[in-house]
Amino acid sequence: MAWIRKDLLGLEELGKEEIELILSTAESFKEVSSREIKKVPALRGKTVVNLFYEPSTRTRVSFEVAAKRLSADVINIATESSSIKKGETLVDTGANIEALKADIIVIRHNASGAAAMLARRVNISVVNAGDGWHEHPTQALLDIFTLKEKLGHISGLKVSIVGDIAHSRVARSNIWGLTKLGAQVTVCAPKMLIPPEIEKMGVKVSDNINDALKDADAVNVLRMQFERDLGTAFPQQLEYFKNFGITEERLKKAKKNIIVMHPGPINRGIEIESSVADGANSVILEQVTNGIAVRMAVLFLVAQAQEKIAFSG
Amino acid sequence: MKEKTKILDKEAINRALIRIAHEILEKNKGTENLCLIGIRNRGIYLAQRLASCIKKIEGKGVNVGILDITLYRDDLTLVGQPESGLAGQQPVVYKTEIGFDVGAKNVVLVDDVLYTGRTVRAALDALVDFGRPKTVQLAVLIDRGHRELPVRADYVGKNIPTSKRETVEVRLEESDGKDEVVIIEKE
Amino acid sequence: MILIKNGLVVDPANNRNEILDILVDGIKIVQVAKDIQREAEEVIDAGGKIILPGLVDMHVHLREPGREDKETVETGTLAAVKGGITSVLAMPNTTPAPDCAEHVSLVKGIIQKTARANVYICSTITFGRLGKELADTLTLKKEGVIAISDDGVSVDNEELMSAAFKKAKESQILVICHCEDKTLSANGAVNLGFTSTRLGLRGISRESEYKRIKRDIELAQKANASAHIAHVSCKESVEIIRDAKKRGVKVTSETAPHYFALTEEDVLGYDTNKKMNPPLRGKEDVRAIKQGLSDGTIDAIASDHAPHTDNEKDIEFERAEFGVIGLETELAVAITELITHKILDWTGLVNKMSLSPAKILGINKGTLSEGADADIIIVDANKEWVVKKEDFVSRSKNSAFLGRKLKGIVEYTFCGGKIAYKNEPRL
Repeated sequence: MAWIRKDLLGLEELGKEEIELILSTAESFKEVSSREIKKVPALRGKTVVNLFYEPSTRTRVSFEVAAKRLSADVINIATESSSIKKGETLVDTGANIEALKADIIVIRHNASGAAAMLARRVNISVVNAGDGWHEHPTQALLDIFTLKEKLGHISGLKVSIVGDIAHSRVARSNIWGLTKLGAQVTVCAPKMLIPPEIEKMGVKVSDNINDALKDADAVNVLRMQFERDLGTAFPQQLEYFKNFGITEERLKKAKKNIIVMHPGPINRGIEIESSVADGANSVILEQVTNGIAVRMAVLFLVAQAQEKIAFSG
Repeated sequence: MKEKTKILDKEAINRALIRIAHEILEKNKGTENLCLIGIRNRGIYLAQRLASCIKKIEGKGVNVGILDITLYRDDLTLVGQPESGLAGQQPVVYKTEIGFDVGAKNVVLVDDVLYTGRTVRAALDALVDFGRPKTVQLAVLIDRGHRELPVRADYVGKNIPTSKRETVEVRLEESDGKDEVVIIEKE
Repeated sequence: MILIKNGLVVDPANNRNEILDILVDGIKIVQVAKDIQREAEEVIDAGGKIILPGLVDMHVHLREPGREDKETVETGTLAAVKGGITSVLAMPNTTPAPDCAEHVSLVKGIIQKTARANVYICSTITFGRLGKELADTLTLKKEGVIAISDDGVSVDNEELMSAAFKKAKESQILVICHCEDKTLSANGAVNLGFTSTRLGLRGISRESEYKRIKRDIELAQKANASAHIAHVSCKESVEIIRDAKKRGVKVTSETAPHYFALTEEDVLGYDTNKKMNPPLRGKEDVRAIKQGLSDGTIDAIASDHAPHTDNEKDIEFERAEFGVIGLETELAVAITELITHKILDWTGLVNKMSLSPAKILGINKGTLSEGADADIIIVDANKEWVVKKEDFVSRSKNSAFLGRKLKGIVEYTFCGGKIAYKNEPRL
């Protein structure tokens, strides 16, 4: 199995083997972060541009650390410090970054499809760090990596994703990735936050949190963004916590070793109880650590695909 | 590809490894501060075999580590070179497992074939990221010549003059089901 | 005089479907008969080709005045004649909109000077298409306007729309309804359903279309006025219109080629040239549209030619403009999808693309009768070609069919007896 894609845009388009290759490569990279000298020269001389149209400290920093541990140079472009606000189009921005002879663009954008569009228009690699409600592939990969690390396998696992499924790129990427690897996925949310025909993605739908937790091996708790303007049909914070919050009480009825994941940043007391976020079932901080390994693997693989490396002894 | 000659069989490989084990012990005056690090893939098995020879001889075990040099290769940032005949081949990254401190140790790097010397160069770079060994030595089963870097092995199972059109293939029980070294000619 | 010989003449207005010659003198067709023996300045051998009345496209955005960067009356009509269309109805979402006598005469002036085909004017239902105050339909009619529409938006206010139908009835003018309930389409970009879920985009429900169709049909019926439903895209809409027709309501409807040639799955990959309003729908909807075409529920095929510049299309999907160009591809798409798959025969095709829209609009077009205007096209129905950006004469290139292989190409377009377009190999 060789990686041949110049870009990583989403998990929907990947095959099972490709996802497994990223995961196994990430396993090797995880060791690098445990060394005294946490750096390898694999991407020495390469330039990674973090192009962020949406504020995101966590994903941006994770990509930055990953790139730096591979010895790449990293440039961060954020909305407030660039010509993006002056109305430059995404295509023009991409062309300019390419003209700088950068090698990889890591893009976060609030419009679904922005990463795919950029990838079509530049010859350099594009890694999707979240586009609108569409996909956030590296987040899902690190979630899956963490699950696999904890439980040894993905196939046959029961994973519930709880929260605002309709507006979540994390949910979509997780669903594609997990189902391709043979997990059974249930999405759980108030009906208004379930997007139409999501069953066609191969998931079960529930609006009862206790049902969703009952036999689950893991629960992925999505961040609730109440500040978003989503219209009147959006639930109230307190009401949401009451009906869907992940609490100790609810976990008592779930499997004893249920794994609790969250893509962060967590809203304590809104979608998850503080004691659960910090509790024995939580792997939230391990997810952060694994995020670096997964992103190193992704950056490494897309760079390789671009170069069509020759090996000479 | 045509298999040309078998240059070592199971017994010959064994004898070479026993001799190298003796030489390592002699040069390092025993097993103190000694460790072996095999370079993926076949270097691992050779390092493990050397360690068991040493154990038999001295009655003491030595630490064995595994080094994956993929991330240190000097061709990672090169654009594919069709003339290498290997364009499009993609290196797969495996784990490096060195479960001990290499600082102030006498480290013996172990690999199957010494050829251009580029793998050893990468291994040296990788190794210093793990600490500062007192000495680094190199043990190989086959030295086939055609060096492109100033690298020399401290311990050699067999020197085999080859042409560049030939490939030396080391096959081991652990990875290939049988022990032998053959020369293959590209047609 | 021009003599077109040996072509297969398809002219449903005269029940003709046979190999005939056509003689044109000046702007008129003077004779349609077998083996005409007359001296003519130009004799065209149409052997093996099909001769149709010039097509009538009743839904075209020419963008002039106001957005000449997208299209002009001249470029739009050049595109039309290349596509075999000799008459277009220009939709009124221009700046200014033709909502009063002064603005209509401005448009008429442009048409007179620059049009390369017959351009008819559709004026607005309300001033500025704002949905607030009805335009003076009677005056507009006197100015030569043949239909009214607020196309691009629907008149949300039910009372106002009701009044519009009454006024239209008095003025004997056609109301063309853009049926969309914006509270239900809710800033959507693609069809609501699995596609919107997969792409992470807001969806436009079928409901937003068919509920409004239902309302407009009811309002038209009460006023005993004629309603024409624009760009029908989904199954429920077809059913509602079919039912209304059965009940004898004076309703007609059109669909666009992309609604029977493409599905929502073509949007996967975020191609903004597949973004239009209403959006591409599902396979079942495509089936229903085809059924509607073949059973007569849908009367006409119109392009909804909506030119946009690269600046407005080469951006993030949800920010890109709605709409695609269609004048230069609609006949070929219809041949490829409908004739090849036997949804329509040639007579049916001419009905949908020429005769019926002419009748709906009340214009004397769509026939090859002796004495009729010499709007004639010669089509090579078997020639295959690939849609390429550089081949469009429209000022905009936002075609949903880029890269597609289509069957059928226009060889000649005569408009008012003159050769308006001739397919010549590029040098």
